[in-house]
Amino acid sequence: MTTTATTGLTEERVLQLRADFPILAEQPAGVPLVYLDSGATSQQPRQVLEAEWAFRTRRNAAVHRGAHTLAALATDDYEVARDRIARFVGARPTEISWAMNATDALNTVALSLAAANRAAVVDPRLRIREGDEILVTEAEHHANLLPWQRLADETGATLRWVEVDDDGVWTADAALAAITERTRVVAVAHVSNVTGLIAPVEQLVAAAHEAGALVVLDACQSVPHRPVDLHGLGVDAAAFSGHKMLGPGGIGVLYLAEALGAALPPARVGGSMITTVTMTEHEFLPAPQRFEAGTQPVSAIVGLAAAVDYLEGVGMSAIEAHEVALGERLALGTASIDGVRLVGPRPGEERAGLASVIVDGVHAHDVGQLLDAVGIAARVGHHCAQPLHRRLGVAATTRASTYLTTTEAEVDRFLDALSGVRAYFGAGR
Amino acid sequence: MSDAPRDPLAGLYQELILEHARRREGEGAIEPFDAERFLRNPTCGDEIRLRVRLDGDAVDALGWEGQGCSISQASASVLAEQAPGLSVAEARERIEAMRALLRSRGGVEAEEALLGDAVAFAGVARFPMRVKCAMLAWVALEEALTELDAR
Repeated sequence: MTTTATTGLTEERVLQLRADFPILAEQPAGVPLVYLDSGATSQQPRQVLEAEWAFRTRRNAAVHRGAHTLAALATDDYEVARDRIARFVGARPTEISWAMNATDALNTVALSLAAANRAAVVDPRLRIREGDEILVTEAEHHANLLPWQRLADETGATLRWVEVDDDGVWTADAALAAITERTRVVAVAHVSNVTGLIAPVEQLVAAAHEAGALVVLDACQSVPHRPVDLHGLGVDAAAFSGHKMLGPGGIGVLYLAEALGAALPPARVGGSMITTVTMTEHEFLPAPQRFEAGTQPVSAIVGLAAAVDYLEGVGMSAIEAHEVALGERLALGTASIDGVRLVGPRPGEERAGLASVIVDGVHAHDVGQLLDAVGIAARVGHHCAQPLHRRLGVAATTRASTYLTTTEAEVDRFLDALSGVRAYFGAGR
Repeated sequence: MSDAPRDPLAGLYQELILEHARRREGEGAIEPFDAERFLRNPTCGDEIRLRVRLDGDAVDALGWEGQGCSISQASASVLAEQAPGLSVAEARERIEAMRALLRSRGGVEAEEALLGDAVAFAGVARFPMRVKCAMLAWVALEEALTELDAR
């Protein structure tokens, strides 16, 4: 992880940015909204909404087909959006395919690998056989676990995982030790959506490639929040969601490094991804189009490009520094409340701008209800990571996640409300 | 909460509910039993394993084990306190009344004569995300009774 700048955002700057987000002025619970759930879905600035509106009202047409001028304009916007997003994550445009969301993108990778292994002639780089291994961690989001469980079932491979400790943390040493000559795929979250742990991606990539394995990165919680250079990291595939990075829902991104994109067969077939079709045969376009069967949500793609522009305008290094400081404030603050157990890295250790906690004697759902009563929107539940929660010994945790619009005062409001929860429910009585 | 002008959750977390969540009436696995249901609320992870024993056409005993939020645990406790002694038809009528109350979004007058302490859950109706929590044990009993009917 590169941390070139340590300068975050001034309070004045954050307040200025907040004015771009109409929803932050809403009071859904009858009190000012403290939105600490960007890890689940982020809010959209005016600029993104206006970009979508402008496209829909002035440029909307089917892309990559038809000869009329409007179609040419729409296609131009569509491909410019791909260029912008590619540049944003340090990739080539041909390595960027659209997906519905990150879950969809990760499924595409696993389903395409399954398809590759059903072929009469299997590309040796993609081959997964009985006795081979697919490696994940115990902390994965279900989106980066279930596709691999199924791929293991289908290919006869063994799904292995790096175990976490009592805090939900896994170590680079344990992960490196788990990569063997039988490992074919290493699938891991760049940043954990529950613990905020940051994966040692470069080390994993070096070891995985040494073993001849592919590395698939769930970048949902990293790409929106910090500078990410996919070529620099060297991963073979990556996935992230538009709605977590100020963009619209329904659009996600699948990154396939050039070599993998050229070798992988598509999981879905149909319109817009072929060169020639006869009644019995077909030929696919090269990546990225071969992974984009059917009409894509073009206005959402334009909106996502506007979101990337907005993020770059603020500066990803500044956003990262801002959130890391807030994450540390959350970690320190929660760890010092009696009866509240912080999950993930300890205060002072590296973590992203989020924190999940267990309130002793109070169910997370009740915690969330009390927070909501004072306007705080935090996430309660298993955060689509049941194995991790089972390991932590609870069904659910309470998570506060920050973004570029989060203020220190909001974090303090959360900490203040959290410190009153046990007394309200009479926990420890 | 100290920084709110008044407790906006007073209607939800009535003292009776918090008290039942702590007391957990009827917690434990009864033996013998006639039917058992295991239910899980996938959105929050609440779960309950409920056993019921009949004596002729009446509920003789009800026991439950589970984990979840205070609303779900309190509602299981209230159910366990009320169910023994009811005929199967009466139990069904009470489950229906509870469902109507919880789904009313505040528009239905609570039938105190029928529901007893369970009227404390009237406030839950204004929090649609919590209705499933409050119904969990009651639906488990309903399904157990249906299973017994089918035998």
